[in-house]
Parts: sequence; C-alpha cells; structure tokens
Amino acid sequence: MRLAIQIAWRFLSSAKRQTLVIILGISVGVSVQVFIGSLISGLQESLVDSTIGSSSHITVLSNNEDNLFISDYQAIMDDIDSNNDQITVLSPAVDLGGILEKGELKKEVFFRGFNFTEANQIYKFDDKLTEGSSMPDALNEIILGKTLQTDLDLSIGDTIDIEINGAYRTLTVVGFFDFNVAVINKTWGIGTLETLQDVIGSNQVTSIEMQIKEVFDAEALALTLDENLSSNDLVTKNWMTENQELLSGLSGQSISSLMIQVFVIISVVLGISSVLAITVMQKSKQIGILKAMGIQDRDASLVFLSEGFILGIFGAIGGVLLGLGLSYSFTTFALNPDGTPVVPLNIDGGFIFLSGMIALVASTLASLIPAIKSSKLTVIEVIRNA
Amino acid sequence: MPNIISLKNINKVYGQNTANPTQVLFDLSLSFEESTFNSIIGQSGSGKSTLLNILGTLDKATSGDVIINNKNTQQMSKNELSSLRNESIGFIFQFHYLLPEFTALENVLMPYRISKKQITKEVQDRAEELLEIVGLTKVKNNLAINMSGGQQQRVAIARALINNPKIILADEPTGNLDSDSTEQVYELLREINKRYQTTFIIITHDRHIAEKADRIVEIKDGRIHLDISKA
Repeated sequence: MRLAIQIAWRFLSSAKRQTLVIILGISVGVSVQVFIGSLISGLQESLVDSTIGSSSHITVLSNNEDNLFISDYQAIMDDIDSNNDQITVLSPAVDLGGILEKGELKKEVFFRGFNFTEANQIYKFDDKLTEGSSMPDALNEIILGKTLQTDLDLSIGDTIDIEINGAYRTLTVVGFFDFNVAVINKTWGIGTLETLQDVIGSNQVTSIEMQIKEVFDAEALALTLDENLSSNDLVTKNWMTENQELLSGLSGQSISSLMIQVFVIISVVLGISSVLAITVMQKSKQIGILKAMGIQDRDASLVFLSEGFILGIFGAIGGVLLGLGLSYSFTTFALNPDGTPVVPLNIDGGFIFLSGMIALVASTLASLIPAIKSSKLTVIEVIRNA
Repeated sequence: MPNIISLKNINKVYGQNTANPTQVLFDLSLSFEESTFNSIIGQSGSGKSTLLNILGTLDKATSGDVIINNKNTQQMSKNELSSLRNESIGFIFQFHYLLPEFTALENVLMPYRISKKQITKEVQDRAEELLEIVGLTKVKNNLAINMSGGQQQRVAIARALINNPKIILADEPTGNLDSDSTEQVYELLREINKRYQTTFIIITHDRHIAEKADRIVEIKDGRIHLDISKA
C-alpha cells in the first residue's frame, strides 16, 4: 500500500504539468458544484424568506360561517403551545372588513388588531414603518398602508372615521407602513387587539397566527392541529397549500440544480478516467519492469487507484477554495444599489464537505478502469513492444 | 552440483488459435547447475529470448515443465510466480528498464520494497555497497533519467542483486553499450558470480563474450544446436 502510494506520488510529481491540468479539471468541476449548489440554495432560502418570512405559516380560523369568532382563544393557544415544540410564535388577531371615511372619501379596509409583542415577531412592523411613524399602542390608534396614505392624502395625527359591522368609531392615524406588497399597502389598517375588540364589543378573536421553525413542515403540522381542533369548530390553513406554485417552482429548481451537479461529476469522472487511461499507456514500461521484479497485480492496480485518490484530494481542496472564492467575489461584486448582494449565497459547510467527498470518491472510481488495465498488463507484452 | 533451474520438453507456439501458428521452441530440455556462469547464443529469431522469458517465468510454455528451486512453476498462480521472481530471480535486460522517476539508489532498492519488507539499515548499506561494486556511488542520488546508458545498465545490475537472487537472467545486457563498457560489465558479472555464487544465464550474440562463460549453449531454430562446457 505504502509502496503503491509512493510510486503513484512519484509518477504524478514527475509529470507536473499533466498532473496540474487534471487537478485543475477536477477543481473547476467541484467549484462549479459548490457555487451552483450555494447559489440555488441561497436563492431558494431568500425566496422562501421573502414569501413567508413575514407572514403566518399556519393560521387557525373558525369553521362556522355564522360565528367567525374564536371564543376561548387563550386556552386554545396554551394548548397548541404546550403540545408542539416546533412553534416559535403564537399571535391572536381580530380581522374584520369595514369602511374607512375621510371627509367625502370612503375606502374598503381590512382592519387587523394585534398583540404587538407577538405579532411583531411575525410581521416585523418596525422595519416596515415609514419615517416619523410610530406603532399604535393606545386605544383608538391606527396605522395605514402608504398607498392608502396617498389615496386619502393623510398625514400623521389626522383622524379618520371607521365603520365595522354597523359600529362607528373615530381613530387617530399614528403612522404608515410599506410592506412592498400592493394589496397590503392599499387595504390594511392595523391597530391594537384592544381597539378592534372595543369596536366590535367583544373580547374574542377571529384567528390565531403562528410561525414554526421548519417552514416546510407546515403542512404536516397543520394536519395534526386540524385533528385536535376539529371538536372546537376550528380549521387551519397553511402557507404550503396556499403557495402550491411556489413549491413546484422550488422543487423544479432543486431538480435542475441536482442535474447540473450530476453532469458536472460525470464529466469530471470521464475526464480523469481518460487521462489516467493514457497514463497507464505512458507508464506501461514501468509497470512491466515492476512486474518482472515481482510486484503483485493488486499492488500494480493500487498505484493507479492511489493516483486517482491523490488527484481527488488535491482537486477537491482546490475546487472548494475556488468555489468559495467564486462565491465570495459574487457576493462582493454583484450588489444591489443598497449594497446587499443580488443573490445571497447559502454557504453550507456540510454541502461543501459533501461536494469534496463526492469528487474524491468519483476520482478514485474513475481510476478503477486504468487500475484494472494495469493489473492485466503482462511483462511479456511490455518487453515485446519495447 | 545440483540443478537450480531445469526445462523439460518445452514447446512454445505463438498464435495457437490462428490460421498460421508459429512454433518457436521444439521439445527443448535444458538444465543449469548452481553457481555457474552460462551463455546462450543464437541468431535472431532462433528462440533464445523466448527461452529466457520462459526460464524467468515471464512467459508461459505451451507445453513442458519449468522447474526452479525444485518447484514446478507451470501450476503456480500469478501471485506465486511474482513472489518467486521477486525472491529468486534477478533480471537484466538489454534496455535497462529503470524506473526513470526514481533515483539510482531507489531503483536498486525497488525489488526489496516490492517484497514488502521494512527497509533496514542493513539493506540500505547493501544497496550502497552494490552501487559501489558497480562504481556508481557518486551518482546514487541522480534520477535514472539523468544517467548515461552504461550507468543505467550498471544500476540495473545492482538492482538485480539486491534480493540476493540465486539466478540472474540477462538478455543482451550489453546490447546497447560500447565495447569498453561491454568489457567492464562482463568483468563485473563474473566478479559477482565468484563473490555471491549467483547462477548467471546470459543471452548474447557476441561469440567473443560468450566464450568467457563456463558453458555455451547455442540455440538454432528452436532446438539446442551446440552445448559446450569448459573443463
């Protein structure tokens, strides 16, 4: 074994240029794999995050069309929380449609009442408030979307009248928000849970929203919640069933990324295999003399397996470095106007290690054919063809 | 003296499964005694190289037995033959066949390393001693590729001796050397024969050289034509 590795090392180091070219070939393959993998997984992460990062993953709603309210919501929340360790945020909300009036103008608005300690963890309102705005924290305060602001020509401190289910109230506008989503900016009006409960004259809520750790477990978790909640006349909806197109887009992306990686590996394997096959021809004289001196066929094959292994190690290391360098320059030089990278890469140590290992295994496997060839070579063939 | 190596009724046919098989050796029987210095002569195409390859277990006879060290090699596996070659036979070829990627000293040590034994101080010293005998102490750390033909051939001789083989088979060992080097190499081989009692079987086409051997065997058309031993 040691002899085989030493011979392999000497063979490789005596043909430095050829060796470097093979290592470079493997490195480029590995770096493409590392880069594409990081790019696609970063893309997907940022896409998922921007789609559902600031929204409810699973929402509990009433199943009764005549009564949209959840009466004993605190008990239900405690029950959900104590039975599921996946859940990161549980937030009750009162959601009701109504009319907003400012002078002669009237707009249909979706009024939402939150407990901001919890709701802020889901919606991150602090990042979305426009300049000078503050969060509503007292009774009869409200914040509105920035589209509604321009439509009604409002400014902070103005008062507006609202009507929900026949109940009227005058509220003070304390701020405006920008969710980067047209519908929300145009129709949402947000106040405290107490304000909305006060308007409808009830201390119930209409939904319980939650976020969970593993976003892709939402559908499964929603199903188990459904089983436990059905007795209370409640149902759930989750982001996965409502975003089927996004999901199929993501899985399409994953498959194409995998395909690219598989073909890169195949081309690397074919490359190494053919170069090493030529090396066996080049070194047939040496193999012949080693066999005349009594080297066992197994050890003669080991020489070429070792060559594949050594090339694999250097190729993998070179490829990971090259891939990381490529990723680094991509995130450093391809920037949005605000300085954030166009595509945030997801550098995953486990994935990079795996890519390196795959390259190592692939190069060793690629040397299998040359190794078999060298084990079959006989001294007499070499002597006769000298 | 007992026989170290014997051929019994050896036939060798090339291209047996083709339309025109060529028989190179015909029912050839031949034995060599221990510690002797033998030469085989013959014209090119006479079958002498084939004979040497069969003696060295590099090629297999179509029929007949090759007995080395009282063991019949015809039934041995490839691995057993490899070990036998490694321990008992040293080869010197016309084209020296050093490993060009290794130094002279590493080349000399190679047969020992192939036997998978640890390199000891004694072996290291022995390799250096052999290089001194062939007069190459100064260039022992040069890569084989950076040595002259004569130097390479002398490294090949030192290499053939490292495992203390009982037999040395040489095929035109001086075939590509000038006459001065040829003389030197033969004197060296004779000296080794005396010093280590190694059996030599040397193929040559040079009658002048062959005459220095204890015994001359001439092969003609795949048969023994002449077999002369000096008294």
